[in-house]
Amino acid sequence: MSTVISVENLSKKYIISHQKQERYTALRDVLANSARRFTHKLTHPFAAPENNPTHEEFWALKDVSFDIQQGDRLGIIGRNGAGKSTLLKILSRITEPTSGKASIKGRVASLLEVGTGFHPELTGRENIFLNGAILGMSKAEIKKKFDEIVAFAEVEKFLDTPVKRYSSGMYVRLAFAVAAHLEPEILIVDEVLAVGDVGFQNKCFKKMGEFEGRGATVLIVSHNISLITRLCNRGIILQSGSLDFDGPVLDAANRYSAITSESLRSYKIWAEHVAPGNETVRLLSIKAISEINDQGDFFDIRRPITIEFSYRVYQSSAALNSAFFLYNQDNIIVFISSGTHDPEWAGRKRQAGLYTSRCVIPGNFLAEGTYSIQAIINTVDNIKSPTVHVNEKNAIGFKIYDPLEGGSAREQHSGAYYGVVRPILVWNTAYGE
Amino acid sequence: MSNSHNHEMVIMAGQTDRHYWFDLWRYRELFYFLAWRDISVRYKQTVIGIGWSVIRPVLIMVVFTIVFGKLAKLPSDGVPYPILVFTAMLPWQFFSNAFTDAGNSLIGNTNMISKVYFPRLIIPTSAIIVSLVDFAISFLILIGLMFWYEFYPDWRMLTLPLFITYAFITVLGASVWIAALNVKYRDFRYIIPFVVQFGLYISPVGFSSNVVPEQWRLLYSINPMVGVIDGFRWAILGGTSQFYWPGFLLSLFLVLVILVTGIVYFRKTEKTFADVI
Repeated sequence: MSTVISVENLSKKYIISHQKQERYTALRDVLANSARRFTHKLTHPFAAPENNPTHEEFWALKDVSFDIQQGDRLGIIGRNGAGKSTLLKILSRITEPTSGKASIKGRVASLLEVGTGFHPELTGRENIFLNGAILGMSKAEIKKKFDEIVAFAEVEKFLDTPVKRYSSGMYVRLAFAVAAHLEPEILIVDEVLAVGDVGFQNKCFKKMGEFEGRGATVLIVSHNISLITRLCNRGIILQSGSLDFDGPVLDAANRYSAITSESLRSYKIWAEHVAPGNETVRLLSIKAISEINDQGDFFDIRRPITIEFSYRVYQSSAALNSAFFLYNQDNIIVFISSGTHDPEWAGRKRQAGLYTSRCVIPGNFLAEGTYSIQAIINTVDNIKSPTVHVNEKNAIGFKIYDPLEGGSAREQHSGAYYGVVRPILVWNTAYGE
Repeated sequence: MSNSHNHEMVIMAGQTDRHYWFDLWRYRELFYFLAWRDISVRYKQTVIGIGWSVIRPVLIMVVFTIVFGKLAKLPSDGVPYPILVFTAMLPWQFFSNAFTDAGNSLIGNTNMISKVYFPRLIIPTSAIIVSLVDFAISFLILIGLMFWYEFYPDWRMLTLPLFITYAFITVLGASVWIAALNVKYRDFRYIIPFVVQFGLYISPVGFSSNVVPEQWRLLYSINPMVGVIDGFRWAILGGTSQFYWPGFLLSLFLVLVILVTGIVYFRKTEKTFADVI
């Protein structure tokens, strides 16, 4: 392993101006300002130079340092404006850092946008050559891969049609196909994999797998954390231009979901006096626990997940029942489960005291994705209208990922995979008449 | 492929990139592709396509011949007036088209500049190449005119490539300046048409520069296009056209100064293009 990219104290400053909408400067303002400053100097020769109130410095990137080894697949995570794209732009030499330095060993291809330089009036064929040249391929190289690119994009019939007549799907496929046939040692990708339909995405993933197989180093920026966990082995988090975390991709994903307030944690603990509930019962905590990862919010698809309710009963009363709704990221209720199946306590009256109820969701059952749990404690005295003591929507949440190590339904298949649940089912085939 | 140096590439602030000229060479194919893109796009949606690059210079030539040759009765040094005008129209049209296109070329390719790395000098230069196509077409018209008037050039015609190169350098210097300034100060968008319009009158397009009084001749040559046009006339019109050396050398000197400072300025601001465009 050798270091292919070394970033030292990289910083980038932008001057943002508050008055104008445009990013460019108008000459008249420059002239007017210099004239004003000049007269100011004449009239107040000993005054300190006034600073310009309409301009403010903004550090898009501040003192970022890290090294990337050959073959690393680095995911760069962060919110909008955290400096991800600025970092990629500096590494792609599109813009220059304000200070610090980056050393890169090897051929770099950067793909910050799909179809840069495509011209709507030109045909598919012409655009392949143009776009290839823009991405740095030689004409000979493009010619050699031409058929492959066309087959990948599935646009054989429309090669001599201007791309303005293409459907948006065809356009994107063609654009991505050109980029996918670069053979760099270092690939820099910004948010571009999220294009096309599922079938096409699978092709892209396969292509990414080929890069990996060749030992290429990959840098990816994406908001799609599950994609990052699937494609990368290492993650860095940028926050307001600074490096917040650098380490294994799962830890990075966990940390990122912890610092982004909108995502739910995998456990919630309440102080008793504010705990949800009433004079009958209060829910003190609810946790989702996976065998190997009881801190983070990312659970291995192969491991069972335990949902644990902890609650205090204040009055001996009717039979209490804990239950939960499991929602996926599309807000679909994947299933409901309830303690009415608890062999010991179902239907039994409770004494006052602390109880812990557990329910195990088997491994290889839920599909990859983000889940949330609505926690309920009720008394089923009347089947038609149970008395609800606790009803916490979005109480906790977790994410399920597939490390692609085998042992799951998708095995080594890295592309998109359908389904709300993902069980491994038993198959057998009989042969004969 | 993007950066096929086997050695290490270092990115840091204010560093003059040692690979720049090497990169420029390596991206030469992009340069052809961009020129070819602009040429093919230009003629794809026009009805008479290439005809436009014939009609414009011919009409201007007709008007100038009538106004300067017939009405103002300016001397033509024994050359048919249409040929005198057209010989100057060639470099002038080339200059005005190339200057307009190249001057706006960077802001017309904002998308590429903010998403891909390549030496930015490719963009204005390839825009100038596009204008060379129009130049070639106009040149065919000139040959037609010469046959019509039975006016044949002498050996000096062989020096024409030198003057074409000279015209190219002139427009490259001016365009590189304007294109770079245009990125930062959009005011230059309005300066371009002004320069082109104004330049047509202060350059010896409709008349021979011999009509300029001797004492003003050197001052007149501060306009670099005077040197270019005089050079074209000298090479094409042959013996009847006088060559004014002091003016030409002054022109040449100014052109080189503009080119060198232009490239220096361009290189200096190039790295901020993606930030301000």
